[in-house]
Amino acid sequence: MNETKTIKIDHLTRVEGHGNIDITIKDGQVQNCQWHVVEAPRFFEAMVRGRKWYETAHITSRICGICSIGHTLTSLKATEKAMGVVVSEQTRNMRKLLLHAENIQSHILHVGYLVLPDLLGAPSVIALSGSHRNEVMVVVRIHQLSNEMSDLIGGRTTHPQRPVVGGFAKWPTPVELKNLRKKLADGLADLDALVELVRANADRLPDFHRETEFIALSHPDEYAFYDGDIASTDGGKWPVEDYTRVSNEYMVPQSTAKFSKHNRDAYMVGALARLNNNYEQLSPKAKSVAGAFNLKPITCNPFMNSIAQIVEIAHNLEDSIGLIDKILFDGFIEEQARVTPKAGKAAASIEVPRGILFHEYEYDEAGVCTFANCVIPTNQNHGNIQKDFEGLVPQIKDWAREEIELTMEMLVRAYDPCISCSTHCIFI
Amino acid sequence: MMSKPRVAFFDFTGCEGCQLQVVNLEADLLGILDHIDIVSFREAMKEHSDNYDIAFVEGSITRRSDESRLKAIRKNTSTLIALGSCAAIGGINCLKNFFELDYVRETVYGEKATSYETYAARPLKAVVPVDYEIPGCPISRNEFIYVLKSLLLGKKPEIPNYPVCVECKLAGNVCAFERGMPCLGPITRAGCGAACIREGGACWGCRGLVDEPNTDSQREILAKYGLDLTDIFRKFRLYNGYSEVAK
Ligand code: SF4
Ligand code: SF4
Ligand code: SF4
Repeated sequence: MNETKTIKIDHLTRVEGHGNIDITIKDGQVQNCQWHVVEAPRFFEAMVRGRKWYETAHITSRICGICSIGHTLTSLKATEKAMGVVVSEQTRNMRKLLLHAENIQSHILHVGYLVLPDLLGAPSVIALSGSHRNEVMVVVRIHQLSNEMSDLIGGRTTHPQRPVVGGFAKWPTPVELKNLRKKLADGLADLDALVELVRANADRLPDFHRETEFIALSHPDEYAFYDGDIASTDGGKWPVEDYTRVSNEYMVPQSTAKFSKHNRDAYMVGALARLNNNYEQLSPKAKSVAGAFNLKPITCNPFMNSIAQIVEIAHNLEDSIGLIDKILFDGFIEEQARVTPKAGKAAASIEVPRGILFHEYEYDEAGVCTFANCVIPTNQNHGNIQKDFEGLVPQIKDWAREEIELTMEMLVRAYDPCISCSTHCIFI
Repeated sequence: MMSKPRVAFFDFTGCEGCQLQVVNLEADLLGILDHIDIVSFREAMKEHSDNYDIAFVEGSITRRSDESRLKAIRKNTSTLIALGSCAAIGGINCLKNFFELDYVRETVYGEKATSYETYAARPLKAVVPVDYEIPGCPISRNEFIYVLKSLLLGKKPEIPNYPVCVECKLAGNVCAFERGMPCLGPITRAGCGAACIREGGACWGCRGLVDEPNTDSQREILAKYGLDLTDIFRKFRLYNGYSEVAK
């Protein structure tokens, strides 16, 4: 086969941030296949140094618009731990609710706006809104619901103002929570339509398997988002304090973001990694959605990450209803957050939509930040994306150039990479 | 019949939170789509065209290589709008300008720091002329719709040039200073509905300064509550590091 196929995509579309695909196949041989990260670095760790304890979450929230709730809450947790602040059960439950809102928002955006067009053979959701109006409206409704939920609990859909060190600066009212509960129940019904649509087109997802390690938080009592220890499908549990031993960041020449490895040459984080580690703790509805796609642990097809996201949306909706019931049943009170700053250092972790996120801070006696480090999910996935490139391209090298291109784009999108996040938070 | 205006979105260094507000318009956005053609929006679509009339640009300029891309956008469009505080005033990215760049690079990337190109973060207008600004971190969805509608009607969009305090008092909030929090509302441009005070906090200054900020009234308020300028300056630098007052 005497031909050269070159695939060069600069600034891949329908992903957060900027990344390039670079593949050359010559005479039937893969000569080059790389995933490049080219986003401009932003230097957040340096930006928070010298700032006060009540400002760090406000700043690190701006690492990423899509995961701003997750960054805010991880930052607050780390600051609270560093200063020995213990938050109430109500605060924890309300934060879990807020995290569910973000997870739904991010997943539905990814599945509905960014992946669905690939499955239905359209260039974008805008094109789909003409041909598949009803289905697009379902996606829009779930997205809208999650945004209303973030507004109500966080104060704003992006960069929430209400969560503060020690708790919340403002609370939703019980009536608002009850109304939200009703809408969540409607959302569960809407989800069925989405599940049907995706299922009818799921055969478009490439059948590619590559064994790898999956890392996620894990908690004895619940499907972990807000709290837990670090767990791996290769076995083992580590406290969050040991995060640098797990993430082992390293630099590669083709990227302005760092890559990670643990047991093997790369690992994966995100919805599929959570599901692979914590499947048994999914809500009943989520399990039935997983069943509809025959998705079970341990699934090592990265394209199934988008399906795992749909499963998690079901879990988020259902668990949110339970959390609201609990908050109201326990007797809701408008607590005030009270904090006395103190010197200390601590790391905290949360599962954000794209995977496990770590923040660590050190403060002096005046509550001024002297050190910060953040390890971002997408950074932890870059290495795995590269390994998938090396595994998948040789398998499909004889396909037409356009087919290879589309498949590799779909692969990167399946990870839902947040490249704008990944270059902002790196530390050696 | 006139053809629909062609609208494009671009991003430089930012968190993409402002573009997300556009996506968050949901059903409203679908309605607007009847009146415009979106020809480029990398975050949401694969299609792309260099032929557009209105360009919304998010993010600050943080490396020399960004400049040529921005200049090309300026050449292609008749109207260029800075979307969000990163683009309009430099925003949070300018915090790094107060550190030596080498120090910043080393803190974040260690010894390989030199391989990364970066320079002082700046707003779009430091590189090309900007026609309109929609400030905010993130932008307000209502203001975005207002600006777009004005342009579609051939009118000049006007955003408020009075301080957040005005909106805040109208809304009947308890003043943040009364709650012991320093607030930048007296000098910050309104238009957000005093969003942070409403949610239990104080203004961080994210929308930038009003055109002729009354720094005396800010000083008076500080004096009244026995605060000194240090805290306010620290706060001011969060978003307004690029403006002269901070330097
Ligand atoms: S102005 Fe704020 S929300 Fe908008 S891109 Fe910049 S950091 Fe993000
Ligand atoms: S100083 Fe701040 S809280 Fe007080 S009235 Fe002005 S904007 Fe509102
Ligand atoms: S209150 Fe101040 S910081 Fe908050 S959105 Fe308005 S201008 Fe920005």
